[in-house]
Amino acid sequence: MTEKSNKEIRDSQSKTTLKKLIQDFYEQFESETIPHIVLPSRTKKNIELNENGDVWVYGDSESLRSAKTVKGANQLLKTSHVVELLIKGHLDQNKSSTLRELYYISENWDIAKFHEQAESDRLIEDLEIITGLQREDFHVRPEENGATLYGPIKIKEITKRGERTMHCQDDVGEAGYQIPYNVETIKFMEHDAKFIIAIETGGMQDRLIENGFDEKFDAILVHLKGQPARSTRRIIKRMNEELKLPVVVFTDGDPWSFRIYASVAYGAIKSAHLSEFMATPAAKFIGVQSSDIVEYELSTDKLNDQDIKALESELTDPRFETDYWKDQINLMLKIGKKAEQQAFAGKGLDYVTDVYLPERLGEMGVG
Amino acid sequence: MVIAEELAKKQKAISIAEFFEKNRQILGFDSSPRCLLTSVKEAVDNSLDACEEAGILPDIFIKLESKSRDNVTLIVEDNGPGIVKEQIPRVFAKLLYGSRFHSVKQSRGQQGIGISAAVLYSQLTSGRPAKIVSKIDRDAPAHYFELLINTQPNEPEIIGDKIIEWDRLRGTRIELEMAASYIKGRRQSVYEYLKDTAIVNPHARITLIEPDNNQIIFERATDKMPVEPKEILPHPHGIELGTLMKMLRYTESDTLDSFLRSSFSRIGTQTAKDICKKSGINPGKDPKIVALDEVKRLHEAFRKAKIQAPPTDCLSPITEELIRKGLEKEHTIDFIETTTRPAAVHSGHPFQVEAGIAFGGNLAREEKVEILRFANRVPLLYQQGACAIAHAVENIKWKNYSLDQPGGSFPVGPAIILVHVASTHIPFTSESKEAIADVPEIVEEIELALKDVARRLKLYLSRQDNLQRRREKEEIIQKILPRIAKKVGEILERPTPDITPVVAKIMGNVYIQRVVQQNGKGCDVEIRLKNHGEGTYSFNLHETLEYQIESASPEPKKIPIGKQTDHLWKIKLKPGEQKALIYRLNIESVEASKLPQLVVDGIDEELITGAKVVNV
Repeated sequence: MTEKSNKEIRDSQSKTTLKKLIQDFYEQFESETIPHIVLPSRTKKNIELNENGDVWVYGDSESLRSAKTVKGANQLLKTSHVVELLIKGHLDQNKSSTLRELYYISENWDIAKFHEQAESDRLIEDLEIITGLQREDFHVRPEENGATLYGPIKIKEITKRGERTMHCQDDVGEAGYQIPYNVETIKFMEHDAKFIIAIETGGMQDRLIENGFDEKFDAILVHLKGQPARSTRRIIKRMNEELKLPVVVFTDGDPWSFRIYASVAYGAIKSAHLSEFMATPAAKFIGVQSSDIVEYELSTDKLNDQDIKALESELTDPRFETDYWKDQINLMLKIGKKAEQQAFAGKGLDYVTDVYLPERLGEMGVG
Repeated sequence: MVIAEELAKKQKAISIAEFFEKNRQILGFDSSPRCLLTSVKEAVDNSLDACEEAGILPDIFIKLESKSRDNVTLIVEDNGPGIVKEQIPRVFAKLLYGSRFHSVKQSRGQQGIGISAAVLYSQLTSGRPAKIVSKIDRDAPAHYFELLINTQPNEPEIIGDKIIEWDRLRGTRIELEMAASYIKGRRQSVYEYLKDTAIVNPHARITLIEPDNNQIIFERATDKMPVEPKEILPHPHGIELGTLMKMLRYTESDTLDSFLRSSFSRIGTQTAKDICKKSGINPGKDPKIVALDEVKRLHEAFRKAKIQAPPTDCLSPITEELIRKGLEKEHTIDFIETTTRPAAVHSGHPFQVEAGIAFGGNLAREEKVEILRFANRVPLLYQQGACAIAHAVENIKWKNYSLDQPGGSFPVGPAIILVHVASTHIPFTSESKEAIADVPEIVEEIELALKDVARRLKLYLSRQDNLQRRREKEEIIQKILPRIAKKVGEILERPTPDITPVVAKIMGNVYIQRVVQQNGKGCDVEIRLKNHGEGTYSFNLHETLEYQIESASPEPKKIPIGKQTDHLWKIKLKPGEQKALIYRLNIESVEASKLPQLVVDGIDEELITGAKVVNV
């Protein structure tokens, strides 16, 4: 009962906030001002450490979106259409759409239709930034659920069919527990874990499960599935804060994987408005480090032009402005090589769980 | 034996062939593609010059045959005046033979080393004679010669000489076999050379048959012959000491005074007297016995005496119109501007610079601008970096003319820059005549010409830019803004907001609005004006009504038109300024809402929002 009315209150607040934005446009017309909105610049030049100095959020630099230009005017028109959908189609009728559905809905909007999904995704992010709300508040869902989790923890999830309690080793299949898109409904019951290991590839998570790494080291394995979804990042943060579990991130050794780590630990440039909600500053990078490629003599691929550009761009990314990361990036540029997580298989299937990870965990003092 | 005699034994005359072999590269015969290009160039230049001198529209045919990768037979045929039988052997098979060496006028070949050098190269590399056909008139016989150059005395050696049947009315044909190779797809190629030649010789038709039998025709764009350059006497400022000595020795004049007057341009009686006085030589002295130190003083006096600049009718510019036609026929472009500078002088030699800039069309957008260099209508393909034209292009700050110029070198963008320098004496950096030396007067003229066309390009580009901006604004106010207003009204369930003030703001217009308010029995009317533009605007505002207006401020001029009265205010608004005109009407507001539209005159329609613009 209270759950429901809480939701109603939240929805009505969201509606008011969205309407306020449209009211601004209306008043701008009436006061003979060219309609516009101001929002923070969403570039790597405009991210800075928050007050606690642990995660990266948007800085003071703002960009103006004004009907003075065709581009700006089109964006304002699209914004109006989206807000109408969110108010009248979602909040008023208690419905929701996925990001992809929203993109298709725009097909009927004539000149206001989106040319690609990235455009509508971005507009939803803009609305989050402008209103200070999250897309869940607008009833907008991501396409896929989060990735999977496996390890010695018992959780309770509130589903449409009531509460479900499960242990993420004993009550789930080999694929693990599926992280839902809204992880706020999850309660952590009890656990025997000593740390969390977030893993970039499914292949490596399977390897760790098959080798019994979770049991041997009392570890919760979280699959990142490439750039992690919001819910994945959020559940890692919640476990870290609420259960005080240390977090290590295990990715490929290439420039793109460095960014995966950065988005887990410091926040993503694209969604820096949510950093304080989703980033886990305590997360540590376990590997594959550039230095591991050399020390463990891993089999490698050559860096291609995009890789090199990505590394060079990271050198000017404030999130990587530490001695550790500068060394790692410059070393990779110097050796001109990258390596996958799976490269450890070249030394035997047990090598990663018996030698590499224990050595690294030892060095880092985790587990 | 005396040492000098010993040395004399070793000194033997260097044969012309040896000289050629040692100096191949400075004469333009180094790599095997370039040898072919130089040969084509010499033959085509000769043909164009010959046709022009005879007043014939050139029709030049070039055929290349290739037996192997490094062997080419070159055939060049023209419809020129032909060469008389006796002259043929010397024209083609004697180096440094030619009428042009001694004349002062603008011509393509300057030193007559041209075609015989190609003949020599051909004979050195293929061992075969040059085959020449020439016919001077419809009824005259066609003479066929096979010629070699006897290099020791530099004299022609006639291998064959006969009369043949030739289907041309008149003209000359040369066939040369040589070690050379035909290449395509780069700037320094026969194709590019002919294309550029066609641009600056729009009166010529040039046909090229490539070794694979592919035929390319560069069609003529005009039937107008270029103005025949006049021959002039040398100008005293352009004479070197040695030449002056030679002229003195071989003159037919009896006195220095008459020598000066008859050998140079711009020396009349007064000037001759002045020169003699300044050099301290008796005007009546026999020029043949003037001593060396006297020659030096005379040469010196040339600089000191006041002498008029040389005449410039010896130059034949391509003209602005024909450069335009030439560029247009070989490229698809959106914009072109050309200029022909007035003639100028460098060390006594008249010269004239012309420039053209073509923009847009299908020219490459991201690449460096192509620079087409010409000297006396001959394309320059090599040594661009050493050329005054390239330096002048680099000296200009192209950013000021709306073109990018990364690293301060050549500008980048979809453009072609053409520069033609015409002169009786082009100062080349070397004998291969591929780069014009950095003579300050010439560089300055090139820069002036380029700045002139660049200014016009900038104007064009800014106009295009304005048009684009205007189109964008129209899209905003006509398509997007009304939709935003409608949507915003729908969401808030309120009336659609009025967009006109915002439209005026976006357009940078003067916004005019009449606000009517009921007050007692009548209405208060306020006409609000606001200038959102960047300029100060003056115009007349007309409120034509059938009612009497009262308490107007400021008071308008009243002009009766039948039953109605035209109330006229003269308005002047600075940027950002706003004004209000108020008056009272003794009618109900319902009636007032039916008032006719405000009318404005004396200003462009697109500068006003909210009133009708009527300009008579």
